[in-house]
Amino acid sequence: MKTLLTALPLLASLGLPMAAIAETDPADWDAVTSAAKGQTVYWHAWGGSTATNDFIAWVGDRVSEDYGVTLEHVKLTDTADAVTRVLTEKQAGQDDDSAVDMIWINGANFASMKEADLLFGPFAEDLPNWQYVDVDGKTVQTDFTVPVEGYESPWAMAQVVFMYDTADMDATLPTAEAMLEWAQANPGRFTYPQPPDFLGATFLKQVLIELTDDNDVLAKPVDEADFAAVTAPLWDYLDALTPVLWRQGQAYPATGPAQLQLMADNEIDLAISFSPGEASTAIANNQLPDTVRTFVLEAGTLGNASFVAVPYNSGSKEGAMVVANFLMSPEAQLRAQDPSILGYGTVLDMAKLSEDERNAFANLDLGIATLSPAELGTVQPEPHGSWMTRITQEWTERYGAGQ
Amino acid sequence: MTDRAVRRPASTARSFWGALPLLTLIIMIGPVLAGLFGTVLPAFGYLPAAGLGAFSIAPFTDLFAWNGIWAATRLSVTTGFAATFLSLAIVTLLMAGWSGTRALRWLETLLSPLLSVPHAATAFGIAFLIAPSGWIARMISPWLTGWDRPPDVLITQDPLGIALTLGLVTKEVPFLLLMALAAKGQSASTQRMRVAQSLGYGRVSGWLKSVFPVIYAQIHLPVLVVLAYSMSVVDVAMILGPTTPPPLSVQVVKWMSDPDLSKRLIASAAALWQLALVIAALGVWWIGERITARLGLAWVERGARNLRLDKTARPLGITLGTVSALSVLLGLLCLGVWSFAGFWGYPDALPQSLTPKNWARHWPDISDSLITTLLIAALSVAVAVTLVIACLEAEHRTGRSLSQKGLWLIYAPLLIPQIAFLPGVQTALLITGATSGFWPVSLMHVVFVLPYVFLSLTDPWRNWDPRIDTIARSLGTSPTRVLFTLRLPMLLRPILTAAAVGFAVSVGQYLPTLLAGGGRVATLTTEAVALSSGGDRRAIGAFGVAQTLAVIAPFAIATLLPYWMWRNRKGLHG
Repeated sequence: MKTLLTALPLLASLGLPMAAIAETDPADWDAVTSAAKGQTVYWHAWGGSTATNDFIAWVGDRVSEDYGVTLEHVKLTDTADAVTRVLTEKQAGQDDDSAVDMIWINGANFASMKEADLLFGPFAEDLPNWQYVDVDGKTVQTDFTVPVEGYESPWAMAQVVFMYDTADMDATLPTAEAMLEWAQANPGRFTYPQPPDFLGATFLKQVLIELTDDNDVLAKPVDEADFAAVTAPLWDYLDALTPVLWRQGQAYPATGPAQLQLMADNEIDLAISFSPGEASTAIANNQLPDTVRTFVLEAGTLGNASFVAVPYNSGSKEGAMVVANFLMSPEAQLRAQDPSILGYGTVLDMAKLSEDERNAFANLDLGIATLSPAELGTVQPEPHGSWMTRITQEWTERYGAGQ
Repeated sequence: MTDRAVRRPASTARSFWGALPLLTLIIMIGPVLAGLFGTVLPAFGYLPAAGLGAFSIAPFTDLFAWNGIWAATRLSVTTGFAATFLSLAIVTLLMAGWSGTRALRWLETLLSPLLSVPHAATAFGIAFLIAPSGWIARMISPWLTGWDRPPDVLITQDPLGIALTLGLVTKEVPFLLLMALAAKGQSASTQRMRVAQSLGYGRVSGWLKSVFPVIYAQIHLPVLVVLAYSMSVVDVAMILGPTTPPPLSVQVVKWMSDPDLSKRLIASAAALWQLALVIAALGVWWIGERITARLGLAWVERGARNLRLDKTARPLGITLGTVSALSVLLGLLCLGVWSFAGFWGYPDALPQSLTPKNWARHWPDISDSLITTLLIAALSVAVAVTLVIACLEAEHRTGRSLSQKGLWLIYAPLLIPQIAFLPGVQTALLITGATSGFWPVSLMHVVFVLPYVFLSLTDPWRNWDPRIDTIARSLGTSPTRVLFTLRLPMLLRPILTAAAVGFAVSVGQYLPTLLAGGGRVATLTTEAVALSSGGDRRAIGAFGVAQTLAVIAPFAIATLLPYWMWRNRKGLHG
């Protein structure tokens, strides 16, 4: 039984000669764009942020104009939903028309999909706009230490910053220890999203990197390390921090934006963010008071890239590649970096752009709460993806299931 | 078709009408059974999707080794019983103290539209209202409370699930009250009360002793539905419930969506555990009913008039009922204000500015999901109403009415926790090769819409005056003509009301839409709950308001359309 939704594009494609039946070679861009025309791409992407949703809607308008590709944003509460979906489809033998055509992905989800052969590719480095990508300066060829090998295409850079309300806090905090001291002096004014939310998990990793002396061990799979010994300082830290968290750590905000709302309500003064431009964007959208500013830790903060990947069984791979390529275009990257739109860091190398494009990036007003690239300081690499999983599990056992 | 049927058309007709209830049951119970099957297999380790094919009880040992299991179980049980008991108590006090008064009619008018408001929208409204930085705190701060900043107290998401319980109560009170009011019509309550009062009983004690037993017998199944629902609800629990750990049902959803597929095993085991808990709780409630009946009988036989009871019970009932109704109404109003809010910091009682920007921004999404929502609701309601009318007409023609057992089957999809069978439905859909999307979602909606349509249409249908049928038939009118020219037009109002109820049920469905739609079907409710994780109150406000309007509009049509259609049929305005 075919449903209406899948039958319609099928019927439409009958009119086109041999459309989308044989797999198109990503390197043959003309073939890709002509096959993509008329395809509908279901992009499964986290839907909890209005700014991101608006940006994706704009991408949809643009690829529809230029390439005749229809983009549908499937709003997820958790990226893992899409991964599960593809896995279930593979089991059921649904090998040619997945409900998922493209996923906003990175880290553990990418690692597990790549390992289970659920991804289409390699394709990313064949896309025309790959030529502008900053492969040397930005970590776009490894994802949480897993080699990307063209199975996902980067579209945004993220780096941890801390947002603080200058109306309630005088100074920035240089280290994790300083944050703990501040929290003890101001109980109930700090929290982080509840792991396994990725931002909450990021906070745990950030603290671990701050507290551990041996960062090399984090680059290797967690099985190869003495987990208890390496993470002991983290749990000591959290044992001291939890009682002075917002609501004494009995409840946590579900996600980053929920944490923003707490800041707007003046419930908390300090919050973590994985996007240097998020605070400025939120101020522009009335979601934060204009007294909020950001800072990074002295020793630097975690950074990574956001990617899009295409499932092996997508029925619209060409359409998905067109969208992935458009996301890397200077036009889309410029818009994404505009703090009044999204405030995401670009993946492009300024030196590879034309002068006009370079100027457009340089002239972008990053917003009152955004640090300049120089102020953002050192970017610390993500630990191996397995660390995030283990730390999150351990956190849930210690703090997430009642003490 | 059998030979006999070909030769005897009358018998064909009879077997056609006789088969209709069976067909309806298959449509309703089939997906539930298929889904349960799809949950049982992985719960015992069988999930080829993850390359797991060996049967074992490991998922259950893993489940009980999880250190949040007892807290999650306790939450499910306590919120379920507390919400059911409180809702029933409030409704009983209201009915006992205020039956037949203008105050209760006023409250009924206030509560009936609330019945249809989706649970998610109500829960958002209440969260916006009672949070430490919520509307109530804003209105009395800082001038009264001295709170320049929101107090750091745990109100929503409290580990005991009190906010969750109260949120459920505000939604279940209108449901049980309207069920009880419907039952009142068939309980001869006025006569009973007259007798009780002339014997010198107080209003409340007289009602409890002479009317309550009759009414409770009729709302017994709806009360069980409330119990099963409150124990296993997902969307309200995600909004108001605790997170460290969450209630069992929410934890099942979390495990279901884990990137590690083997987590589906523990999720299925937990879903079955949830089912077992609900069954046990229904059993405990049943025992409680017996004990209450025994104690109540002794109380009745003692013959005390309990006049003083009126002094405390009546004010208590009307206060609780009003607070419950007002918290929903204020909550919805709060959603409305947020949807137009510019910057709105604490402790401002109102936003610094009002702006249409939020609506302009979310309108493209809202209108898309609104159309999907309306299409699914219209389709599932059309199917459900047709099937229910066909069943009732079959009952009329074959003379076989629904047994008590049949009634339990109608209630089955409402008594079995959604979380226990919907994940299995998703797997079953995939295995049979049906792609998830619009049609499976509509079919799943029929499963949940049908019981409500049936419940709301049965009584008016059966109460239709059979003499009209007798007269028409004796004038030579065929049964089908009687149905289309007399019965359906005369029952237009209850049919439209039943359709509106079904519409509201469809609009409010979260899990069935999410799981049978594979994420491709975005309705107002799935979008609103997806937004809830982001906590953007303006977006949530706009979607909540849209959800509310999408269910209120059909009720308005159901009320107004008969007036227009019968503008020159004076006798039909009951």
